[in-house]
Amino acid sequence: MAMSNRPIYMDNQATTPVDPRVLEAMLPYFGERFVNAASRNHQFGWDAEEAVDNARKQVAALINAHPKEIVFTSGATESDNLALKGVAEMYGQKGDHIITCVTEHKAIIDSAKHLEKQGVRVTFLPVERNGLIDLDDLERAITDKTILISIMTANNEVGVVQDIREIGRIARERGVLFHTDAVQAVGKIPFDVQAMNVDIASLSAHKMYGPKGVGALYVRRRNPRVLLTPIIDGGGHERGMRSGTLNVPGIVGFGRAAELSMNELEDESRRLGALRDRLLARLREKLDEIYINGDMERRIPGNLNISFAYVEGESLLMGIDDVAVSSGSACTSASLEPSYVLKALGVGEDLAHTSIRFGLGRFNTEDEVDYVADKVTGTVQRLRELSPLYEMVKEGIDLSTVNWTAD
Amino acid sequence: MAYSDKVVDHYNNPRNVGSLDKGQDDVGTGLVGAPECGDVMKLQIQVDDRSGVIEDAKFKTFGCGSAIASSSLATEWVKGKTVDEALEIKNTDIVKELSLPPVKIHCSVLAEDAIKAAISDWKAKHPAEASAETAG
Ligand SMILES: Cc1ncc(COP(=O)(O)O)c(C=O)c1O
Ligand code: FES
Repeated sequence: MAMSNRPIYMDNQATTPVDPRVLEAMLPYFGERFVNAASRNHQFGWDAEEAVDNARKQVAALINAHPKEIVFTSGATESDNLALKGVAEMYGQKGDHIITCVTEHKAIIDSAKHLEKQGVRVTFLPVERNGLIDLDDLERAITDKTILISIMTANNEVGVVQDIREIGRIARERGVLFHTDAVQAVGKIPFDVQAMNVDIASLSAHKMYGPKGVGALYVRRRNPRVLLTPIIDGGGHERGMRSGTLNVPGIVGFGRAAELSMNELEDESRRLGALRDRLLARLREKLDEIYINGDMERRIPGNLNISFAYVEGESLLMGIDDVAVSSGSACTSASLEPSYVLKALGVGEDLAHTSIRFGLGRFNTEDEVDYVADKVTGTVQRLRELSPLYEMVKEGIDLSTVNWTAD
Repeated sequence: MAYSDKVVDHYNNPRNVGSLDKGQDDVGTGLVGAPECGDVMKLQIQVDDRSGVIEDAKFKTFGCGSAIASSSLATEWVKGKTVDEALEIKNTDIVKELSLPPVKIHCSVLAEDAIKAAISDWKAKHPAEASAETAG
């Protein structure tokens, strides 16, 4: 097979390749169109400003926002930091309580922990087995001191999609600002800040076939008007919320990526959903004891997170070294801790070690899916022959009754 | 993670995969690690009762590539050694042979533990020989 000499990229929740059409749009801005978009006193500056304004419109359109509500940042890590820290500081007089959730990206969790050290109280809502928060838990957690609810739209590991519309409704009803880290959802599933009552949202270009190092924060301008204390001070760019000379080529690429995602969302999500189902069906054909992590219905179309019981994730990755996917196994992480997201879902550590995330994207083909499914199947079968756990289970031993020597 | 050629070789062609009958008198079985920790090794030895020489060894491992390679190498090394010689094998020897990076040292420790566990299981079945060995 021709493709066996070219690695297959199937890790599109980690990052996505830049779409050639995005690259094409960006290139001139590295060259002859080099100028600072804030230089208002000459034609060059106007061109750059126009290019940025155009990108702002493209990004805004994708989420049904007004262009003036888009604040460009260096990526979603910065956007998440700005949302939490900016709200906590700006609304500190009003209250000192924030609600978020245990499966959030580290950019949220660690920002929240940072605020805790400064005296902000943070509620980390648990999730259920399917990865979703319980909306009753959310309602109960809100107090008159709550200034922000921050719940991600789609999770980066298990792809599950929270009920953002309901959360937005609750937040609006209780008069609490609502931020969502929408990095994994925008461009993949319909996302509408008006219909969903979202007040603040984090976006990242490199998760939607745009360049790395550029993102945005949507900040609502009216009903309510949201104000944020900047975390980067300086020349007062981006309505004073984010100073710094704009990354014009990156922003132009982000805009083009947003436009493409908007135009192609419907076809692409249908196609990716079908590829994902094909992958799962083909794996299930020959493998027993494989477990899907996270809700299968409420999930972005390109994500499949599976535990292959009795086969440690890193050893599985090693056997499929011409395929780029990722694992929640501790052995693959620098900390040697298995995925905190899977743990929060109640996936046992034994199964967390065996998990693989397949992230399908725009450039994956049916042939690639078949190749990956077959390669994974073969490797799992081989490693199960090598697995003392698989052997014990086949002998009828209940692994939970074994007296393991923990290290 | 970049793997050394030797780790890759053991991963692709693991030596001595399989199981011996743990009920048999001349077989010692070591089962170390825990599924929650992401690594479990089963290492078995078959020992000649008179000479104390390990005649056969088998393993099965749930764990990363380095854990698989460490246990595969361990079975190669114990074969032909007496149980007392096998007890001399140190995890640092495994680290050196396989060029394991620091984060993978615990995989080699587990392999050393597995050898020791298998030998002590065999010794438990042979109290007389075991004490004779250590006395001599
Ligand atoms: C859900 C989520 N939030 C935030 C980020 C951070 O985005 P960026 O890489 O643009 O800083 C990521 C990507 O790693 C993500 O998946
Ligand atoms: S078994 Fe986890 S790092 Fe080797």
